[in-house]
Amino acid sequence: MPFLPVVLWTDGLVYVLLGLMAAFALYASRHEHIRAPWRRVVRARVGVATIVVLGFYVAVGLLDTVHFRLKLPQPAEAGAGVQFAPEVLSLLDLALAGLRERQEKTYSAPFATHLFVKEAIEQPDGSLVRDFPRLDHGGAHLADPARQRGGDIAWRGLKGALQGLLIWALVCAGLIRWIARVRGEPPAKTRSDILAGRTLIPWRTAFVVLGLMLLVSAVAVELSRMYHILGTDKVGEDVFYQTLKSIRTGLLIGTLTTLVMLPAAVMLGIMAGYFRGWVDDIIQYLYTTLNSIPGVLLIAAAILLLQVYMSNHADEFASLVERADLRLLFLVLILGVTSWTGLCRLLRGESLKLREVDFVQASTALGVGHFTLIGRHILPNVMHVVLITLVLDFSGLVLAEAVLSYINIGVDPTMNSWGNMINSARLELARDPVVWWSLAAAFVFMFTLVLAANLFADVVRDAFDPRLRGAQ
Amino acid sequence: MTGLQTAGPEREPASLPDVLLQVEGLTTLLGDAVRPSRVVDGVDLEIRQGETFALLGESGCGKSMTALSLMRLLPSSGRITAGSVRLAGRDLLRLTEGEMRRVRGGRLAMIFQEPQTSLNPVMSVGDQIAESVRVHEDRSRARIPERVLDLMRAVGIPDPRRRVEEYPHQLSGGMKQRIMIAMALAGGPQLLIADEPTTALDVTIQAQVLRLLKDLQRETGMAVLLITHDLGVVAETADRLAVMYAGQIVETATTDAFFAAPAHPYSRQLMESVPSADKRSARLAVIPGRVPHLHQAFSGCRFAERCYAVMPQCRHQTPIWRDLGPAQGVRCHLWSQGQTQPDGLSRQAAGAARPLDAPPAGGGDSDRLLEVHELKVHFPIHSGVFRRVVGYVRAVDGVTFELQPGRTLALVGESGCGKTSAGKGILQLVTPSGGSIRYCGQELVGLGHRRMRPFRKDLQIIFQDPYAAMNPRMLVGDVIGEGLQALGIERSRSGRMRRVAQLLDLVGMDEDAVARYPHEFSGGQRQRICIARALAVEPKLIICDEPTSALDVSVQAQILNLLKDLQDRLGLAYLFITHDISVVAYLAHEVAVMYLGRVVERGRVHEILDDPRHPYTRALLSAVPVVDPQRRRAVIRLDGDMPSPSDPPSGCFFHPRCPDAVDACARTYPEEKRLSMSRVVHCLRA
Repeated sequence: MPFLPVVLWTDGLVYVLLGLMAAFALYASRHEHIRAPWRRVVRARVGVATIVVLGFYVAVGLLDTVHFRLKLPQPAEAGAGVQFAPEVLSLLDLALAGLRERQEKTYSAPFATHLFVKEAIEQPDGSLVRDFPRLDHGGAHLADPARQRGGDIAWRGLKGALQGLLIWALVCAGLIRWIARVRGEPPAKTRSDILAGRTLIPWRTAFVVLGLMLLVSAVAVELSRMYHILGTDKVGEDVFYQTLKSIRTGLLIGTLTTLVMLPAAVMLGIMAGYFRGWVDDIIQYLYTTLNSIPGVLLIAAAILLLQVYMSNHADEFASLVERADLRLLFLVLILGVTSWTGLCRLLRGESLKLREVDFVQASTALGVGHFTLIGRHILPNVMHVVLITLVLDFSGLVLAEAVLSYINIGVDPTMNSWGNMINSARLELARDPVVWWSLAAAFVFMFTLVLAANLFADVVRDAFDPRLRGAQ
Repeated sequence: MTGLQTAGPEREPASLPDVLLQVEGLTTLLGDAVRPSRVVDGVDLEIRQGETFALLGESGCGKSMTALSLMRLLPSSGRITAGSVRLAGRDLLRLTEGEMRRVRGGRLAMIFQEPQTSLNPVMSVGDQIAESVRVHEDRSRARIPERVLDLMRAVGIPDPRRRVEEYPHQLSGGMKQRIMIAMALAGGPQLLIADEPTTALDVTIQAQVLRLLKDLQRETGMAVLLITHDLGVVAETADRLAVMYAGQIVETATTDAFFAAPAHPYSRQLMESVPSADKRSARLAVIPGRVPHLHQAFSGCRFAERCYAVMPQCRHQTPIWRDLGPAQGVRCHLWSQGQTQPDGLSRQAAGAARPLDAPPAGGGDSDRLLEVHELKVHFPIHSGVFRRVVGYVRAVDGVTFELQPGRTLALVGESGCGKTSAGKGILQLVTPSGGSIRYCGQELVGLGHRRMRPFRKDLQIIFQDPYAAMNPRMLVGDVIGEGLQALGIERSRSGRMRRVAQLLDLVGMDEDAVARYPHEFSGGQRQRICIARALAVEPKLIICDEPTSALDVSVQAQILNLLKDLQDRLGLAYLFITHDISVVAYLAHEVAVMYLGRVVERGRVHEILDDPRHPYTRALLSAVPVVDPQRRRAVIRLDGDMPSPSDPPSGCFFHPRCPDAVDACARTYPEEKRLSMSRVVHCLRA
């Protein structure tokens, strides 16, 4: 094998999450009462638009989750074992190999051809001049940047746009053929239906958003071959690469935290509401106590403990990536511990209500056991609450990561995350002239994700909330 | 509004001097433009000054939508597409929204079914009444409080000076409905639209409110449009009525003419499906099927599918309106030949007679199925930081009765009297706090979840609300099969499904219901499924907790017939919890009347209904609206409301409201007085 697969802790959890989602999808496809609200989600225009946007983020995140170590070039003498590079890479790293390797010395502005700071440059005649040196990679192909840059950027942008449109056309054609086959009608009719917006699922919206996203991505990819489109940071690393790598961190915090806290919240919440009495008292005591400890304090304590542990046992970690990953896992766990109480409280209230509903009483009268009853009657009827909470919490957690990293108790400083980027921007904004692009890049990417997630959450809530359903 | 118009309507002579409201061809659509529902379809009405006009029909017939159309208060997807509504000669449909707002509450007021949700919980009732006074009267601010007190006095609220400060949650349902009426009266309306004003109230309170409406009408001379499904209420309060079916008026008549000879088959069938004592020996007439959906195009008579006297022409020819003299009009082909009484209408309720109330076989202690002795269900009231128990709600406070196999005992009482808690206590769905429940001689009180399981097979329950009684996430087959699975009666799925199919057949439903979800069925069908679920484990006793009170009267008849058939075939015993005396008269063998957690009187059904001894029973029975004018009793008015079960009065719980109370009543709770073998009453004066 040319590579050695590496499964980090968080990767494992992502796979578990994917498995659970697949199982849920399978279950939902067989149960009309879950399928119906999801159908409402994909039939809403905002729903499909946000699904497309989130899809791009998820794709990047998943690419960044498949980790491995590459095989080193075989040493000359035979017989020696296969050697693997110590560096843990992901598929995304491979795809962005160019970006990753094209490092500059320090800051440079977006699309710059020269460094942001003056340096002493040795002239061919041996004299030293203080000036902005040319970048090693950004716009290095231009002979006369001042004159050629604008034209070059326009030309490459156009090329990228054309590529994007081509990909879009191919994808759309493929999708239309597929839809036509599913619906059992000629593709021409499907196409005209979609163009006129007559389909139940608003495919036209989906295609337009997909087109926009592909266009932007293709232009960015094409330009980033030759330029640092979002500039470089203090150590000369490409900011575009950093923001793309940060996507995984954001997504992971948003999803794994809920995965971690879900079993506790659902089990304890339902148990408290269903059994009442001393069970309820204990669980209520537990969450009121936990809730009254400031979450930030708990997180800071846990992360600091972990830091001490890691510095004392530095040899247990094979690589920096593993270290950073463990810290991320810990952050996810501790965020889970502090955030399960809200859902638990909601579920307790809902179960309190449900246990008095006639169908639960009827089952009790039929002698159904407690746990069967919970599994069959209570759990399916609170699932919509769980789902709505999960989707609504997601964006909050993504933002929480940024805040925690800003105060240095978030993810590992070596890990790419929007919080770390914003943290470094604290110093950059104090410079004169201001280095604004790190902050701007993190802001734009995070904003897009959180906005899409929030809009999607609204659609999901509207579709699942039984009280809103009657109002439509 | 222009100056000319303001002066207009009152002085302008109406086309007919005594016609207050004239509705012509009113048509209202609801829903999207592609498939709208014609919820009101060409309705013509005339309401005269000072009269009570009733709009009668089952749910889904468009009664409420007609009222909302008159008020122009339709939901956002509703629109009036044709017709005119003339109030004292002025077409309401042509008014601007601003003008209409002055009419609403001013000349035209409305009260709703649910007083609980119609009042703002964070405003005192005085402020709420004052608000409507301010809107409709140009009074100086200083005189508003006085007017509020006048209104509260007018609707019979005792001690209005104190009540003005109170909030809705401090008032009982009947009081809240009075406040609603007071608010409606604030503008001095000429027409009061009352949409099921007493449906959510108990019979004794209902009697109070109906009486109040009558009194107010006499004093102010306003007309009342009463929307209801209750034939008894109509018979007692209305002067004229219209029967509505599927968005159309199918019959109008004066009340006397209507109850003497209803002209439309639908009216006839509605009346026959009302249970009563003289129908005991037979099955109730049922109207098969359900009200059709209103978004279809009808050809022919809308009632044809459910009509017993259907003729070929009914299916394709739309019946036209026909006047049967000055007092009555009908929309039916049967009358098209101009006959006075067409043949098709003379009809007897189908079904074989069955032996009338045979006395229970045997009669010794040995065949008592269920003996309940001094059953108590108390709910603790917690208070303070440590949630200490500071008192108890004595929902059930010493209930004693017994039930023989194959018989029906009706547990009768108003809401809050503890009848449902008693039923749930027997099944250990709530834990009894004391007393004893012996099933076939075995004590049930104190059995845990596990040790109760053997008895679950024999004791079952049917609930009031068929919509809440089934898990919406489960297939009907699984719902019915749940007990079979839980109690290990049928372990294999195929065996279970076979049994479920038999059960569905037993309750008169198709087998293909198995693979469908509960929401696909109507209320009556759901109640059948619930009955099938209870029957699945072959119980000996079913506790029926108001199983028909959420259903329309025609559907109620189907369910009552089914319950009666099942009793005959399977020898079931029923503990029938209800507030509906007509159902008791039709179905029960024995009756126990509950008041504030205790049984005040029990005995055979004819003993209790024909000769009530306890003053509460007498008041309760007298308050029930009766169709037949000969059978009406003078309503014994009970003052006030039922006291709180957390703080019952001293002595006899009923004495503060009792018309016959003496001093001794306030001292001790009356001992059980046995009047005959079967008859027991708790009253000093009985």
